[in-house]
Amino acid sequence: MEDVASLNQEKENQELEEVVPPWEDMTAVSSKDPEPELLQPFESELGMESESQGRSSTPPSPQATVGTSLDEVAGPGALSPHFPLKEGSSMPSPLALDRQDFAAPSPAQSDKKPSVIPESVPQHSDHLEQSSDAMKENTFQQSQLPELHLFEEPREAGHNNFKQKELRFDFLEEEDSNSYYDLSQPEPGACELVPSMLDIAIQNAKAYLLKTSSSSGLNLYDHLSNMLTRILDERPENAVDIIENISQDVKMAHFSKKLDTLQNENEMLPAYEIAEKQKALFLQGNLEGADQELEEEIVENCLPNVMESAFYFEQAGVGLGTDETYRIFLALKQLTDTHPIHKCRFWGKILGMEMNYIVAEVEFREGEDEEEVEEEDVVEERDNGESEAGEDDEDELPRSFHKAPQAIPKEESRMGTNKYVYFVCNEPGRPWVKLPSVTPAQIVIARKIKKFFTGRLDAPIISYPPFPGNESNYLRAQIARISAGTHVSPLGFYQFGEEEGEEEEEVESGRDSFEENPDFEGIQVVDLVESLSNWVHHVQHILPQGRCNWFNPIQKSEEEEEEEDEEEEEKEDPDYFEQEVGPPLLTPISEDLEIQNIPPWTTRLSSNLIPQYAIAVLRSNLWPGAYAFSNGKKFENFYVGWGHKYSPDNYTPPAPPAVQQEYPSGPEITEMDDPSVEEEQAFRAAQAATELPVEENEETEEEEDEEDDYDQ
Amino acid sequence: MDAESLLLSLELASGSGQGLSPDRRASLLTSLLLVKRDYRYHRVLFWGRILGIIADYYIAQGLSEDQLAPRKTLYSLNCMEWSLLPPATEEMALQTSVVTGRFMGDPSHEYEHTEMQKVKDGEKVFEEEVVVQIKEETRLVSIIDQIDKAVAVIPRGALFKTPLGPIHVNRTFEGLSLSEAKKLSSYFHFREPVELKNKTLLEKADLDPSLDFMDSLEHDIPKGSWSIQMERGNALVVLRSLLWPGLTFYHAPRTKNCGYIYVGTGEKNIDLPFML
Repeated sequence: MEDVASLNQEKENQELEEVVPPWEDMTAVSSKDPEPELLQPFESELGMESESQGRSSTPPSPQATVGTSLDEVAGPGALSPHFPLKEGSSMPSPLALDRQDFAAPSPAQSDKKPSVIPESVPQHSDHLEQSSDAMKENTFQQSQLPELHLFEEPREAGHNNFKQKELRFDFLEEEDSNSYYDLSQPEPGACELVPSMLDIAIQNAKAYLLKTSSSSGLNLYDHLSNMLTRILDERPENAVDIIENISQDVKMAHFSKKLDTLQNENEMLPAYEIAEKQKALFLQGNLEGADQELEEEIVENCLPNVMESAFYFEQAGVGLGTDETYRIFLALKQLTDTHPIHKCRFWGKILGMEMNYIVAEVEFREGEDEEEVEEEDVVEERDNGESEAGEDDEDELPRSFHKAPQAIPKEESRMGTNKYVYFVCNEPGRPWVKLPSVTPAQIVIARKIKKFFTGRLDAPIISYPPFPGNESNYLRAQIARISAGTHVSPLGFYQFGEEEGEEEEEVESGRDSFEENPDFEGIQVVDLVESLSNWVHHVQHILPQGRCNWFNPIQKSEEEEEEEDEEEEEKEDPDYFEQEVGPPLLTPISEDLEIQNIPPWTTRLSSNLIPQYAIAVLRSNLWPGAYAFSNGKKFENFYVGWGHKYSPDNYTPPAPPAVQQEYPSGPEITEMDDPSVEEEQAFRAAQAATELPVEENEETEEEEDEEDDYDQ
Repeated sequence: MDAESLLLSLELASGSGQGLSPDRRASLLTSLLLVKRDYRYHRVLFWGRILGIIADYYIAQGLSEDQLAPRKTLYSLNCMEWSLLPPATEEMALQTSVVTGRFMGDPSHEYEHTEMQKVKDGEKVFEEEVVVQIKEETRLVSIIDQIDKAVAVIPRGALFKTPLGPIHVNRTFEGLSLSEAKKLSSYFHFREPVELKNKTLLEKADLDPSLDFMDSLEHDIPKGSWSIQMERGNALVVLRSLLWPGLTFYHAPRTKNCGYIYVGTGEKNIDLPFML
């Protein structure tokens, strides 16, 4: 290494010397007379310098830097960096020359140099002769070196052995001025001690150039140096013109052994995984075989025509992309094939933070509902246990009178908010997950909170009124609310089922089921756009209680009811509920409540240009993301959004519950003063008056008192 | 999203349910080309639409060659006739900050806002109700500006700073790699940097001055104001702003396809801290 370094320096010097002969004289004149006793230390220092240069490649001086970089770049052949040196900076060359030259004959280096120089002879034999002459001539300039050396050392330590070719020019200029400055003024500049921004920039640039490409295993730095080596070796006439070819040749000549015996493992990207799953969607038709086709045709009608409604929604400017819709379509087919589903519908998409939910609304075939045991029963049991314990009279201490507010039971499946079952999946192709049925408590709490969905069904919902359940319950509650608010149909499409309506007479709002009107003749699209009263809700309104059908919470506890009958004032108790009534089924949406002067619905024609084929588009302002369309005969509802209700004011967390009043200070709380002596005496006197007739009794009382004392 | 690759972009951004009807698409493709010619823009972006109660505003932006130069904003109600909006000012933002609620869809609609002002009459100071009228157009300008400043996104490397200062589209940009695409730090705010000057030298040391000249998303306040999702396996990365719900940014990793679109009511989600 040392040899190579010094060799390069030698060559450099030769080159330099050749180029700038006039400078030799100049520097010779300008420099002071060498002091003989200083000479020796310099030599040794220089020897050390070149050693360290060889070892760590730390360039000790600007000129040597060139040498080092050279040797890094390409070894003997790469003389290209001299070109900028020749043209741009002739100033430092004499110095470099001097220094290197004098190093050669010095005793410290003498054992190495002679062996080195001959090697370079074949290449530059003509130069060598000249330079060896020059060497001897220029040794007198040694005296310059200590200053230069001292001056350069600290800063050189700063930049690690790199030099970028493009930047060398600037760099050398800088060095020029330094060395020049050095000649006239031996004081080292303090500012040079800190590595400058330029150094860092160079460092970064070199690091970038040294970045190894993953496909070819080359880096640009090596490639450039190889190219330059080759150019300098071959010295073509028109190097600039054929540089591309040279680059290509060098690359082709590059012989790469595969050193790595490890096999590359194929990346398992999530893209492949989901593609594999979606493949199943596309293949499901083929797998089932021909014999099932007849059966399918019969059952097929439970699958909605997603693409058709997607087409209409596209006219309206909503909906997912075509391919995503088709995948969802296939996923719905998969769902209907694997579950006993009577009716199915693409409900919409709820956006989440990590993943989204695709929601399907299904109705199971009669009698095939999957029953599940809910946790709620457990809760109820616990409540009962508490109330039983409360009836125990043996314990003297009073127990808590606080009773949990009456748990309102959830509605039966196929009824009210649980009329439909909802399946969700994160992406078409992933498994469908059935959402649990919703409880009124969940709806009530969900109205008070506003949370983003994460996309994981088991994520906890952390909110101020504690939400009973995890994200799947919250999702289900929001779906119920959105459905109740935004599922609308053109007037007349549905009518009340007659027989069922009679059955349900006991319920105040009367009819909660409907059927398709076979005589529906369609409504003019223009009418649907112009009047909101042509649209009706076909999902039941959810009462503040959290159910669609009123449940009287007081009825349940029968003993209490009797008590209440006795005491009329109980009716003013906050526990008493007036029956909540909402708008009945099939109420026109023109009766929906306004949101602070904002109409709850916006209607428009999908196209003003071709109104005869346009469809009516309905957009909910209350639930941004909820849309409905109708072309007169067909209609569909769709939701895509974050699953939140709109409000012009910002969300306000519910106020903390009222603080319980303390027991009022009354006769049960206050005590009388201790009986005073006068009172007791008066009492005795009074007793004495009555004592005579009931003397016997008193004796027995006294005895009892004594017994009590003993007990204590 | 770029007006030139509008159809592909719409397809990519469709995951949030925000599409355009076929007639709107066709008319945008036609009219934005004319906008580009007439106003001599270097590049035209379809910015999005703001949903009004009566009608929607379709918004487009014209960019000059310097990508970060102030942009010209145009709006249209029918996607064919475009009107230039005046540049937004601080004063406008202050003035319109009192207006809440939905846009009407009528640029000449005036919001009335009553506020109490102290009036000095001689020595007496008494309060008087003053009715301020704010035009919806002013509000539109100010909201678009706010959204642009807050949540316009560009992937790192899509733009580069030329030595002379202007910022140009980077032709050699080949998309983010998969690992970069999952990190918020690979996305920048598409606006003049604000935070960058406040960074310490240590933080700046790793930045590449020709690429990292804008603020990155990762320091947005509050933390978690972005939802980042990989859709279609890894073929598409979608960023949704939770602060301005409706803004969707999409990028197909390893391709040049990227852009953002806003479809929403033009209201800021001030409930965000409650919702996370």
